[in-house]
Amino acid sequence: MKFISAIILTALLGYAAPLFFTWWSFAITSFIVAIVVHQKAGQAFTAGFAAMFFLWGIQALIYDTANHHRLSEKIASILKLGDSSFVLLLITAFIGGLISGMAALTGSFTRKYKALA
Amino acid sequence: MRWLLLIVCAAITTGLIIVLDTRLTVAGAKTPRLGYFLSPQKGFWHNAEADDKNFDADIKNAYLKGKVNVYLDERLVPHVYAEQENDAYFVQGYLHAKFRLWQMEFQAYAAGGRLSEIMGAKSNGSDFLAIDKFFRRLGMVYAAEQSLRAIEADETSKAQADAYTAGVNAYISSLSEEDYPLEYKLLDYKPEPWTNLKTALFMKYMAYDLAGGEDDFEMTNAKSIFTKEQFEKLYPYGQDILDPIIPKGTAIAKSGLVLKKPSKADSLYLNFFKKKDTAAIKNPVKPDKDNGSNNWAVSGSKTKSGRPILCNDPHLGLNFPSIWYEMQISTPEYNAYGVSFPGAPSIIIGFNDSCAFGFTNAERDVRDYYEIKFKDSTMKEYWFDSTWQPTTFRDEIIKIKDAPSDTEHIAMTVFGPVMYDQHYDNKLKNGKAYACRWKAHDSSNELRTFNQLDKAKNYHDYENAISTYQCPGQNMLFAAKNGDIAIRQQGQFPAKWKRQGDFIMPGEDSAYMWQATIPDSMNTTMLNPARGFVSSANQMPYDTSYPYYLGGSYPPYRGFFINWRLSNMQNITIEEMQQLQTSNYNILAKLAKPVLEKYMDVKRLSTYEKNLYDKFESWDLKNDAAEEGPSVFAVWIDSLSDAMYADEFSQTSLPLMEPVTSTLIEGIAKDSLYEFADNINTPQKETISDVVTLAFKNAAKTLNSANLLQKLAWGKFKDSGIRHLLRLPQLSRLHLNAGGGTFSVNAYKQFHGPSWRMIVQLTDETEAYGVYPGGQSGNPGSKYYDNFVDTWLAGKYYKIAIVGEAAIKKQTSLKGTMSFSKG
Repeated sequence: MKFISAIILTALLGYAAPLFFTWWSFAITSFIVAIVVHQKAGQAFTAGFAAMFFLWGIQALIYDTANHHRLSEKIASILKLGDSSFVLLLITAFIGGLISGMAALTGSFTRKYKALA
Repeated sequence: MRWLLLIVCAAITTGLIIVLDTRLTVAGAKTPRLGYFLSPQKGFWHNAEADDKNFDADIKNAYLKGKVNVYLDERLVPHVYAEQENDAYFVQGYLHAKFRLWQMEFQAYAAGGRLSEIMGAKSNGSDFLAIDKFFRRLGMVYAAEQSLRAIEADETSKAQADAYTAGVNAYISSLSEEDYPLEYKLLDYKPEPWTNLKTALFMKYMAYDLAGGEDDFEMTNAKSIFTKEQFEKLYPYGQDILDPIIPKGTAIAKSGLVLKKPSKADSLYLNFFKKKDTAAIKNPVKPDKDNGSNNWAVSGSKTKSGRPILCNDPHLGLNFPSIWYEMQISTPEYNAYGVSFPGAPSIIIGFNDSCAFGFTNAERDVRDYYEIKFKDSTMKEYWFDSTWQPTTFRDEIIKIKDAPSDTEHIAMTVFGPVMYDQHYDNKLKNGKAYACRWKAHDSSNELRTFNQLDKAKNYHDYENAISTYQCPGQNMLFAAKNGDIAIRQQGQFPAKWKRQGDFIMPGEDSAYMWQATIPDSMNTTMLNPARGFVSSANQMPYDTSYPYYLGGSYPPYRGFFINWRLSNMQNITIEEMQQLQTSNYNILAKLAKPVLEKYMDVKRLSTYEKNLYDKFESWDLKNDAAEEGPSVFAVWIDSLSDAMYADEFSQTSLPLMEPVTSTLIEGIAKDSLYEFADNINTPQKETISDVVTLAFKNAAKTLNSANLLQKLAWGKFKDSGIRHLLRLPQLSRLHLNAGGGTFSVNAYKQFHGPSWRMIVQLTDETEAYGVYPGGQSGNPGSKYYDNFVDTWLAGKYYKIAIVGEAAIKKQTSLKGTMSFSKG
């Protein structure tokens, strides 16, 4: 349950924060979520990673589909990733996930983990 | 232990963010800030425009005085209906910004010598600092400031420019980071506010492109190697094939203006055959010599409909985003449709309810150099009219991204800015000081002309509109529903004596200065001629008997061909005009073929060379993409020019201007003992036949390589394309299999050609067609980025029209409605 709520909270805040702040402000919210919804290190990382991986992945996918891959193919080529939109999507998702996961991991170490009785 | 892990993880997280928030240098180029760039909220994904995007908007702005409704049609062409005229220019600025902001800004930065600010001093093989220095020293910013004074002195023009600027800025201020165009995200910078000065800078960029051409250094070098007779043969004044815009024999107005050729001109200035110098310097920037166009209007006496048809296709570098933006402007004063320049208000080439108008470049030389003798290295004084005159200085500061600024300390003289001096060397590498006198430096308001043409109702209005126009000189074409057709080469041109301005001139007194402006009456207008058509295609405006020297570079072939075709046509239809405008017929080939055949010694060809020659012989003289003949011909002509002149030209390592093709062909056609045929580096005396045959054999090597790669067909050989301004191949359309070429009406070279094609038949309802190789949106992520290219490539057109507001509201294919109102 904690795991699911961590994911959902991370994703919600990770979506909201960059609307008002910098692109990386979701790292801070992922960090905070990991403190508030305290889990073991591994689970914290996974929740943080998954939330932003899927958030970024799905957001990008929505844009990409409506755009019929027009821009992503060009950008993939500019960034020397061949011209595969899929690879670009994966990398996008992965970057979001990685930063968020590391931030969550950091957050999980701020408290001593105590298993609930 | 936990604390250690905490610190390490925190460090890794922070490190990741920092790396992804920094531009990384990879293989000599800088990446964008990758985290920002890939973020779906802020980065490029946001620019991935949905194909079915709806462009509805409701914009309120205190600047507006009334309401403006904009309807974007299925090609994303906006139809603008304004209650108040200046509101239309506000909205035009807003739309230009909305769809083409990055392009507008980038062009203004380029014109203002500020590319280094965005791109750094050098990037991706381009030396931006060199380009910036060039434009600053040429006085582009100075010229724009001068023009701005004239624009703002005219109450109407000022109000329009202000409205336009306000519209652009209204859009810019509505932007958040995620809304920036893609290129800002790639290059990591932000848009800055637009100003009237930037509009003036853009106009000066067009002036540079169209009236900034000169070969003064090359020609000065040439006269140091060649005798007068040789020089006149290499660079003749006029051509045999010339069919001038104003036909031979037309009466030219007389003027009392008598020019005084300087007393020692023949020994000091027209001094051929002097001493040589050292190694050459590359000039980083020159306008494309083929910046020109075609235009023509046929009167009702020659058309099927009985009404005039006006045609125009301006030839410019083909880029993304396109230099043109199509739109309709409707105000209570006028309705106009055509193409506009993102960066300036008004419709530039188009039509209104009464008439149509178009332009081709005049090609007149209005940029000259004067040698300046400074008292000392401080450049504070220079010798003029027997005394030391003081200079003033312009310090042009070029900011460079991630580096300290560069300052160009430019001395200003009575002639203009001292473009070259001991700190900025010229092509002849002599360290001397040369001031540049350029017509574009003079204060003038060109915006007025375009605005007045948009409103013109008749010939009188057209004359009134163009009368104040100064630079860049243009052949201004006009046709009206009442049947009038007219053309005039309009501009303020210096009255020159023969060869004045071809070479660098002495700047020690006023003797060599431009003595006067050619009176307006001698910018001859051709109105409703008996022959039933007017036309121009960058050929000389008058024949060589015109009393003032027409320095400049004037290709004669398209003009000759267009006139010949139009003279022989009757009952002309729009379709026939489309065929003429997209004609791939190679005019040079038609004229050169008999000459080449006369001198070609076929017996000396090997089997594969003969094979290639047969392709030339069997060619139908059309530069169609699938034909191999055009490639053979093109390489042969290049090779012939080289074989003919390279030996004489290698007498100097400093730059020279290659003789134009008409000089070469007419030279060998007329004179079987053409002196340049002889290779001066060999003991024997070569004949024209030797050179023509040798040239073919040399050409055959190149052609054979192409053939082996299956790239001999013209479309593949020419390898045409349309490039993004940043030259990124992914944002360009390359390897387009297209016909045309320099010597065809369809003047599509590799990256340069008809940037807009327009045909307007002035029947009561106006039947018009237009197309440009691009798209209305400058966003590479938009489906409207390049959707016109295939139509243009196929030689097809879109039907265009001024649409009434009631009618357009009913259209079901609208992509959006934008309402602007006071608020």
